[in-house]
Amino acid sequence: MSKYLLDKFLYTVDRDPELVERYREDPAGLVTWWESEMANSILNCHGDERSTWLAFTDEERTALREHDHVTLFEMGAHPFLTLTLFIAMFERDHGPLEYQIAYGKAMEHLTLPYPDIAT
Amino acid sequence: MATVCAVIASTHHPFYYRASTSTGADRPPFADEWVAKIETFRETLTKARPDVLVMVGSDHFHQLWLDNMPQFLVGKAPYFDANWYNEEREFGLPRMTLAGDEELATHILRNGLDADFDLAFSNELRIDHSITCPIITLRPEADLPIVPIYTNIFAPPLPRPQRFVDLGKAIRAMVESWPSDKRVAIIGTGHLSLELGGPRQFGEHGPDPEFDRKAVEWIANGDLEGCCGDVTLDSLHLPGNATHGFMDFMLMMGVAGEGQKADHVDSLDLFHTMEAYFTWYPEGVPTP
Repeated sequence: MSKYLLDKFLYTVDRDPELVERYREDPAGLVTWWESEMANSILNCHGDERSTWLAFTDEERTALREHDHVTLFEMGAHPFLTLTLFIAMFERDHGPLEYQIAYGKAMEHLTLPYPDIAT
Repeated sequence: MATVCAVIASTHHPFYYRASTSTGADRPPFADEWVAKIETFRETLTKARPDVLVMVGSDHFHQLWLDNMPQFLVGKAPYFDANWYNEEREFGLPRMTLAGDEELATHILRNGLDADFDLAFSNELRIDHSITCPIITLRPEADLPIVPIYTNIFAPPLPRPQRFVDLGKAIRAMVESWPSDKRVAIIGTGHLSLELGGPRQFGEHGPDPEFDRKAVEWIANGDLEGCCGDVTLDSLHLPGNATHGFMDFMLMMGVAGEGQKADHVDSLDLFHTMEAYFTWYPEGVPTP
Protein backbone atom coordinates (compact mmCIF):
# COMPACT_ATOMS: atom_id res chain seq x y z
CA MET A 1 0.00 0.00 0.00
CA SER A 2 1.32 3.45 -0.88
CA LYS A 3 -0.14 6.27 1.13
CA TYR A 4 2.33 8.48 -0.70
CA LEU A 5 0.85 7.66 -4.09
CA LEU A 6 -2.72 8.17 -2.87
CA ASP A 7 -1.66 11.55 -1.52
CA LYS A 8 0.13 12.36 -4.77
CA PHE A 9 -3.07 11.66 -6.68
CA LEU A 10 -5.17 13.84 -4.38
CA TYR A 11 -2.58 16.62 -4.37
CA THR A 12 -2.04 16.82 -8.13
CA VAL A 13 -5.74 16.62 -8.96
CA ASP A 14 -6.83 19.12 -6.28
CA ARG A 15 -4.48 21.82 -7.54
CA ASP A 16 -5.57 21.64 -11.18
CA PRO A 17 -9.05 22.92 -12.09
CA GLU A 18 -9.26 20.77 -15.21
CA LEU A 19 -8.35 17.58 -13.36
CA VAL A 20 -10.88 18.37 -10.60
CA GLU A 21 -13.64 18.45 -13.23
CA ARG A 22 -12.41 15.30 -14.95
CA TYR A 23 -12.28 13.43 -11.65
CA ARG A 24 -15.82 14.56 -10.79
CA GLU A 25 -17.28 13.59 -14.18
CA ASP A 26 -15.29 10.45 -15.05
CA PRO A 27 -13.50 9.07 -12.00
CA ALA A 28 -12.58 5.69 -13.54
CA GLY A 29 -11.19 7.31 -16.69
CA LEU A 30 -9.27 9.93 -14.77
CA VAL A 31 -7.73 7.39 -12.38
CA THR A 32 -6.60 5.19 -15.29
CA TRP A 33 -5.10 8.19 -17.13
CA TRP A 34 -3.45 9.51 -13.98
CA GLU A 35 -1.83 6.20 -13.06
CA SER A 36 -0.47 5.83 -16.58
CA GLU A 37 0.73 9.41 -17.09
CA MET A 38 1.21 11.05 -13.71
CA ALA A 39 1.94 8.43 -11.06
CA ASN A 40 5.62 8.22 -11.97
CA SER A 41 6.20 11.82 -12.89
CA ILE A 42 8.55 13.59 -10.48
CA LEU A 43 6.84 16.89 -9.95
CA ASN A 44 9.78 19.25 -10.18
CA CYS A 45 11.62 17.44 -13.00
CA HIS A 46 11.73 17.27 -16.77
CA GLY A 47 9.29 14.70 -18.15
CA ASP A 48 12.01 12.27 -19.19
CA GLU A 49 13.29 11.93 -15.61
CA ARG A 50 10.51 9.66 -14.40
CA SER A 51 10.24 7.22 -11.53
CA THR A 52 9.80 3.58 -12.47
CA TRP A 53 8.06 1.94 -9.53
CA LEU A 54 4.87 3.69 -8.44
CA ALA A 55 1.52 1.94 -8.91
CA PHE A 56 -1.77 1.65 -7.02
CA THR A 57 -2.96 -1.57 -5.41
CA ASP A 58 -6.33 -2.85 -6.59
CA GLU A 59 -7.93 -1.60 -3.38
CA GLU A 60 -6.50 1.88 -3.78
CA ARG A 61 -7.54 2.11 -7.41
CA THR A 62 -11.07 1.02 -6.51
CA ALA A 63 -11.39 3.53 -3.67
CA LEU A 64 -10.30 6.35 -5.97
CA ARG A 65 -12.57 5.23 -8.81
CA GLU A 66 -15.53 5.04 -6.46
CA HIS A 67 -14.93 8.47 -4.87
CA ASP A 68 -14.83 6.54 -1.58
CA HIS A 69 -13.51 9.09 0.90
CA VAL A 70 -14.24 6.84 3.89
CA THR A 71 -12.00 4.06 2.57
CA LEU A 72 -9.32 6.60 1.62
CA PHE A 73 -9.36 7.80 5.24
CA GLU A 74 -9.11 4.21 6.48
CA MET A 75 -6.13 3.65 4.17
CA GLY A 76 -4.31 6.61 5.76
CA ALA A 77 -4.62 9.07 2.86
CA HIS A 78 -4.01 12.59 4.15
CA PRO A 79 -7.47 13.75 5.32
CA PHE A 80 -6.84 17.39 4.42
CA LEU A 81 -6.14 16.51 0.80
CA THR A 82 -9.16 14.26 0.51
CA LEU A 83 -11.48 16.78 2.14
CA THR A 84 -10.33 19.71 0.03
CA LEU A 85 -10.67 17.84 -3.24
CA PHE A 86 -14.05 16.32 -2.38
CA ILE A 87 -15.42 19.71 -1.32
CA ALA A 88 -14.27 21.06 -4.68
CA MET A 89 -16.14 18.31 -6.50
CA PHE A 90 -19.34 18.00 -4.52
CA GLU A 91 -20.05 21.04 -2.35
CA ARG A 92 -21.70 22.70 -5.37
CA ASP A 93 -24.50 20.09 -5.31
CA HIS A 94 -25.51 20.92 -1.71
CA GLY A 95 -26.62 23.73 0.58
CA PRO A 96 -24.18 25.63 2.82
CA LEU A 97 -22.03 23.19 4.88
CA GLU A 98 -24.44 20.36 4.05
CA TYR A 99 -21.77 18.40 2.18
CA GLN A 100 -19.08 18.91 4.84
CA ILE A 101 -21.43 17.69 7.59
CA ALA A 102 -22.54 14.65 5.57
CA TYR A 103 -18.90 13.86 4.81
CA GLY A 104 -18.16 13.70 8.55
CA LYS A 105 -21.32 11.73 9.28
CA ALA A 106 -20.31 9.05 6.77
CA MET A 107 -17.29 8.42 9.04
CA GLU A 108 -19.04 8.45 12.41
CA HIS A 109 -18.29 4.75 12.98
CA LEU A 110 -14.56 5.53 13.07
CA THR A 111 -12.94 5.91 16.46
CA LEU A 112 -9.53 6.93 17.79
CA PRO A 113 -6.81 6.17 17.06
CA TYR A 114 -7.34 7.10 13.44
CA PRO A 115 -5.20 5.40 10.77
CA ASP A 116 -1.62 6.62 10.64
CA ILE A 117 -1.11 9.17 7.85
CA ALA A 118 2.71 9.14 7.94
CA THR A 119 4.16 8.44 4.50
CA MET B 1 19.40 46.56 17.35
CA ALA B 2 15.88 45.89 16.13
CA THR B 3 12.94 46.20 18.50
CA VAL B 4 10.31 43.50 18.89
CA CYS B 5 7.33 45.83 19.06
CA ALA B 6 4.63 43.14 19.28
CA VAL B 7 4.25 39.38 19.47
CA ILE B 8 0.95 38.15 18.07
CA ALA B 9 -0.55 34.67 18.01
CA SER B 10 -3.79 33.91 16.21
CA THR B 11 -5.87 31.25 14.60
CA HIS B 12 -6.07 31.57 10.79
CA HIS B 13 -9.65 30.95 9.81
CA PRO B 14 -9.87 30.98 6.01
CA PHE B 15 -13.62 31.77 6.14
CA TYR B 16 -13.06 35.21 7.73
CA TYR B 17 -12.46 37.03 4.45
CA ARG B 18 -15.71 35.83 2.89
CA ALA B 19 -17.72 36.21 6.12
CA SER B 20 -16.49 39.77 6.69
CA THR B 21 -17.03 40.96 3.11
CA SER B 22 -20.39 39.30 2.47
CA THR B 23 -23.59 41.30 2.61
CA GLY B 24 -27.34 40.76 2.82
CA ALA B 25 -28.59 37.19 2.92
CA ASP B 26 -25.05 35.87 2.32
CA ARG B 27 -23.73 37.43 5.52
CA PRO B 28 -23.56 34.83 8.31
CA PRO B 29 -25.17 35.76 11.65
CA PHE B 30 -21.84 35.67 13.48
CA ALA B 31 -20.06 38.01 11.02
CA ASP B 32 -20.62 41.31 12.85
CA GLU B 33 -19.29 40.02 16.17
CA TRP B 34 -16.35 38.41 14.39
CA VAL B 35 -15.47 41.63 12.54
CA ALA B 36 -15.69 43.65 15.77
CA LYS B 37 -13.26 41.29 17.50
CA ILE B 38 -10.87 41.36 14.56
CA GLU B 39 -10.92 45.17 14.38
CA THR B 40 -9.99 45.34 18.07
CA PHE B 41 -7.26 42.75 17.50
CA ARG B 42 -5.99 44.70 14.46
CA GLU B 43 -5.63 47.81 16.58
CA THR B 44 -3.18 45.95 18.85
CA LEU B 45 -0.79 45.63 15.89
CA THR B 46 -1.40 49.13 14.54
CA LYS B 47 -0.58 50.63 17.95
CA ALA B 48 2.79 48.87 17.96
CA ARG B 49 3.85 50.80 14.79
CA PRO B 50 5.68 47.92 13.08
CA ASP B 51 8.04 48.35 10.12
CA VAL B 52 8.50 44.66 9.33
CA LEU B 53 6.45 41.51 10.02
CA VAL B 54 7.93 38.08 10.71
CA MET B 55 5.09 35.72 9.77
CA VAL B 56 5.05 32.16 11.10
CA GLY B 57 2.66 29.77 9.40
CA SER B 58 2.41 26.39 7.70
CA ASP B 59 2.08 25.55 4.03
CA HIS B 60 -1.00 23.37 3.45
CA PHE B 61 0.48 21.18 0.67
CA HIS B 62 0.68 24.09 -1.72
CA GLN B 63 4.32 24.63 -2.63
CA LEU B 64 5.81 22.16 -0.15
CA TRP B 65 5.18 18.55 -0.97
CA LEU B 66 6.07 15.06 0.22
CA ASP B 67 8.87 14.56 -2.31
CA ASN B 68 10.91 17.28 -0.62
CA MET B 69 9.47 18.31 2.73
CA PRO B 70 11.31 20.75 5.01
CA GLN B 71 10.52 20.90 8.74
CA PHE B 72 11.23 24.63 9.03
CA LEU B 73 11.68 26.97 6.08
CA VAL B 74 12.44 30.69 5.78
CA GLY B 75 11.33 32.65 2.73
CA LYS B 76 14.06 34.97 1.41
CA ALA B 77 12.82 36.83 -1.62
CA PRO B 78 12.01 40.42 -2.63
CA TYR B 79 8.36 39.50 -3.15
CA PHE B 80 5.95 36.76 -2.23
CA ASP B 81 2.90 36.08 -4.33
CA ALA B 82 0.11 34.62 -2.30
CA ASN B 83 -2.92 32.38 -2.21
CA TRP B 84 -3.62 29.43 -4.45
CA TYR B 85 -6.33 28.32 -6.85
CA ASN B 86 -7.83 25.90 -4.33
CA GLU B 87 -7.98 28.68 -1.70
CA GLU B 88 -9.75 31.00 -4.15
CA ARG B 89 -12.10 28.14 -4.98
CA GLU B 90 -12.97 27.09 -1.43
CA PHE B 91 -12.58 30.29 0.59
CA GLY B 92 -12.82 33.10 -1.98
CA LEU B 93 -9.39 34.40 -0.95
CA PRO B 94 -7.91 37.12 -3.17
CA ARG B 95 -4.56 36.89 -4.93
CA MET B 96 -1.97 39.08 -3.20
CA THR B 97 1.67 40.13 -3.54
CA LEU B 98 3.66 41.04 -0.44
CA ALA B 99 7.13 42.55 -0.27
CA GLY B 100 9.87 40.59 1.49
CA ASP B 101 12.63 41.79 3.82
CA GLU B 102 15.65 39.93 2.52
CA GLU B 103 18.03 41.47 5.01
CA LEU B 104 16.13 40.14 8.02
CA ALA B 105 15.60 36.78 6.27
CA THR B 106 19.36 36.51 5.69
CA HIS B 107 20.01 37.34 9.34
CA ILE B 108 17.54 34.71 10.55
CA LEU B 109 18.92 32.03 8.22
CA ARG B 110 22.56 32.64 9.22
CA ASN B 111 21.85 32.85 12.92
CA GLY B 112 19.33 30.02 12.90
CA LEU B 113 21.86 27.69 11.29
CA ASP B 114 24.48 28.77 13.81
CA ALA B 115 22.02 28.03 16.62
CA ASP B 116 21.55 24.42 15.38
CA PHE B 117 18.25 24.93 13.55
CA ASP B 118 18.82 23.48 10.09
CA LEU B 119 16.50 25.95 8.39
CA ALA B 120 15.57 25.34 4.77
CA PHE B 121 15.10 28.37 2.57
CA SER B 122 13.14 29.39 -0.48
CA ASN B 123 13.93 32.18 -2.94
CA GLU B 124 10.59 31.85 -4.72
CA LEU B 125 7.76 31.08 -2.36
CA ARG B 126 4.06 31.44 -3.04
CA ILE B 127 2.55 31.73 0.41
CA ASP B 128 -0.84 30.45 1.50
CA HIS B 129 -3.66 31.34 3.85
CA SER B 130 -1.71 30.53 7.03
CA ILE B 131 0.13 33.79 6.34
CA THR B 132 -2.38 35.75 4.29
CA CYS B 133 -5.25 35.28 6.77
CA PRO B 134 -3.38 37.24 9.47
CA ILE B 135 -2.42 39.85 6.87
CA ILE B 136 -6.12 40.19 6.02
CA THR B 137 -7.17 40.38 9.67
CA LEU B 138 -4.28 42.38 11.14
CA ARG B 139 -2.84 44.46 8.31
CA PRO B 140 -5.27 44.48 5.39
CA GLU B 141 -3.28 47.26 3.70
CA ALA B 142 -0.62 44.56 3.16
CA ASP B 143 1.93 47.39 3.02
CA LEU B 144 4.76 46.02 5.20
CA PRO B 145 7.61 43.73 4.16
CA ILE B 146 7.48 40.25 5.61
CA VAL B 147 9.74 37.33 6.41
CA PRO B 148 7.67 34.16 6.13
CA ILE B 149 8.70 31.18 8.26
CA TYR B 150 6.96 27.90 7.54
CA THR B 151 6.73 25.03 10.01
CA ASN B 152 5.68 21.47 9.31
CA ILE B 153 2.57 20.72 11.39
CA PHE B 154 1.02 18.75 8.58
CA ALA B 155 3.13 15.93 7.13
CA PRO B 156 4.45 13.45 9.70
CA PRO B 157 7.04 12.81 10.98
CA LEU B 158 6.77 16.21 12.68
CA PRO B 159 9.21 17.92 15.04
CA ARG B 160 8.14 17.57 18.67
CA PRO B 161 6.34 20.42 20.48
CA GLN B 162 9.42 21.44 22.46
CA ARG B 163 11.26 22.04 19.19
CA PHE B 164 8.62 24.57 18.18
CA VAL B 165 8.99 26.34 21.55
CA ASP B 166 12.77 26.38 21.19
CA LEU B 167 12.57 27.77 17.65
CA GLY B 168 10.22 30.47 18.91
CA LYS B 169 12.73 31.49 21.59
CA ALA B 170 15.47 31.51 18.95
CA ILE B 171 13.42 33.67 16.55
CA ARG B 172 12.87 36.20 19.31
CA ALA B 173 16.60 36.33 20.09
CA MET B 174 17.51 36.54 16.39
CA VAL B 175 15.18 39.46 15.74
CA GLU B 176 16.53 41.24 18.80
CA SER B 177 20.11 40.77 17.55
CA TRP B 178 19.35 42.14 14.07
CA PRO B 179 21.48 45.23 13.56
CA SER B 180 18.68 47.52 12.46
CA ASP B 181 16.62 50.32 13.93
CA LYS B 182 13.40 48.75 12.63
CA ARG B 183 10.40 47.78 14.70
CA VAL B 184 9.50 44.14 14.09
CA ALA B 185 6.22 42.41 14.92
CA ILE B 186 6.44 38.63 15.15
CA ILE B 187 3.11 37.10 14.16
CA GLY B 188 2.27 33.40 14.10
CA THR B 189 -0.89 31.47 13.39
CA GLY B 190 -2.03 27.98 14.27
CA HIS B 191 -5.09 26.13 15.47
CA LEU B 192 -6.81 25.17 18.65
CA SER B 193 -8.61 21.80 18.47
CA LEU B 194 -9.46 21.06 14.87
CA GLU B 195 -10.65 18.12 12.81
CA LEU B 196 -10.33 18.06 9.02
CA GLY B 197 -11.61 15.22 6.90
CA GLY B 198 -12.63 13.07 9.88
CA PRO B 199 -15.85 12.24 11.72
CA ARG B 200 -15.63 15.17 14.16
CA GLN B 201 -15.34 17.93 11.55
CA PHE B 202 -17.71 20.88 11.11
CA GLY B 203 -19.50 20.44 14.45
CA GLU B 204 -21.30 23.24 16.28
CA HIS B 205 -18.08 23.98 18.18
CA GLY B 206 -14.48 22.91 17.85
CA PRO B 207 -14.06 19.15 18.35
CA ASP B 208 -12.67 19.55 21.90
CA PRO B 209 -13.89 22.63 23.80
CA GLU B 210 -12.11 21.49 26.97
CA PHE B 211 -8.77 21.42 25.13
CA ASP B 212 -9.55 24.87 23.73
CA ARG B 213 -10.27 26.25 27.20
CA LYS B 214 -6.98 24.90 28.55
CA ALA B 215 -5.08 26.08 25.48
CA VAL B 216 -6.36 29.66 25.73
CA GLU B 217 -5.34 29.70 29.40
CA TRP B 218 -1.83 28.38 28.67
CA ILE B 219 -1.26 30.96 25.95
CA ALA B 220 -2.80 33.90 27.82
CA ASN B 221 -0.59 33.19 30.85
CA GLY B 222 2.52 32.20 28.94
CA ASP B 223 2.30 28.90 30.81
CA LEU B 224 4.89 26.98 28.82
CA GLU B 225 5.55 24.61 31.70
CA GLY B 226 1.90 23.58 31.97
CA CYS B 227 1.48 23.39 28.22
CA CYS B 228 4.66 21.40 27.55
CA GLY B 229 3.79 19.10 30.46
CA ASP B 230 0.45 18.27 28.89
CA VAL B 231 1.05 18.31 25.14
CA THR B 232 2.93 15.67 23.15
CA LEU B 233 2.90 14.66 19.50
CA ASP B 234 0.69 11.70 20.48
CA SER B 235 -1.67 13.68 22.73
CA LEU B 236 -2.44 16.18 19.96
CA HIS B 237 -4.31 13.48 18.02
CA LEU B 238 -6.97 13.37 20.75
CA PRO B 239 -8.54 16.85 20.45
CA GLY B 240 -8.89 16.54 16.66
CA ASN B 241 -6.83 15.19 13.78
CA ALA B 242 -5.53 18.61 12.67
CA THR B 243 -4.68 19.86 16.16
CA HIS B 244 -0.92 19.62 15.55
CA GLY B 245 -1.32 23.16 14.25
CA PHE B 246 -1.40 24.07 17.94
CA MET B 247 2.38 23.68 17.89
CA ASP B 248 2.59 27.02 16.07
CA PHE B 249 0.87 28.58 19.09
CA MET B 250 3.51 26.88 21.23
CA LEU B 251 6.19 28.41 18.99
CA MET B 252 4.64 31.82 19.60
CA MET B 253 4.60 31.19 23.36
CA GLY B 254 8.35 30.63 22.96
CA VAL B 255 8.62 33.97 21.16
CA ALA B 256 6.62 35.72 23.89
CA GLY B 257 8.60 34.09 26.70
CA GLU B 258 7.96 31.87 29.72
CA GLY B 259 5.44 33.35 32.13
CA GLN B 260 4.64 36.35 29.92
CA LYS B 261 0.96 37.19 30.21
CA ALA B 262 -0.62 38.39 26.98
CA ASP B 263 -1.74 42.03 26.93
CA HIS B 264 -4.70 41.25 24.69
CA VAL B 265 -6.68 38.00 24.85
CA ASP B 266 -9.86 37.27 22.96
CA SER B 267 -11.66 34.27 21.52
CA LEU B 268 -14.77 33.49 19.52
CA ASP B 269 -16.60 30.18 19.64
CA LEU B 270 -17.52 29.37 16.05
CA PHE B 271 -18.80 26.26 14.34
CA HIS B 272 -16.01 23.85 13.40
CA THR B 273 -13.25 25.54 15.44
CA MET B 274 -12.66 28.21 18.06
CA GLU B 275 -10.95 31.45 17.12
CA ALA B 276 -8.34 32.87 19.52
CA TYR B 277 -6.30 36.07 19.47
CA PHE B 278 -3.33 37.11 21.63
CA THR B 279 -0.98 40.10 21.64
CA TRP B 280 2.07 40.72 23.84
CA TYR B 281 3.98 44.01 24.01
CA PRO B 282 7.57 43.27 25.08
CA GLU B 283 8.22 47.03 25.53
CA GLY B 284 5.02 47.57 27.50
CA VAL B 285 1.62 48.57 26.18
CA PRO B 286 2.09 51.42 23.67
CA THR B 287 0.68 54.78 24.69
CA PRO B 288 -1.21 56.75 22.06
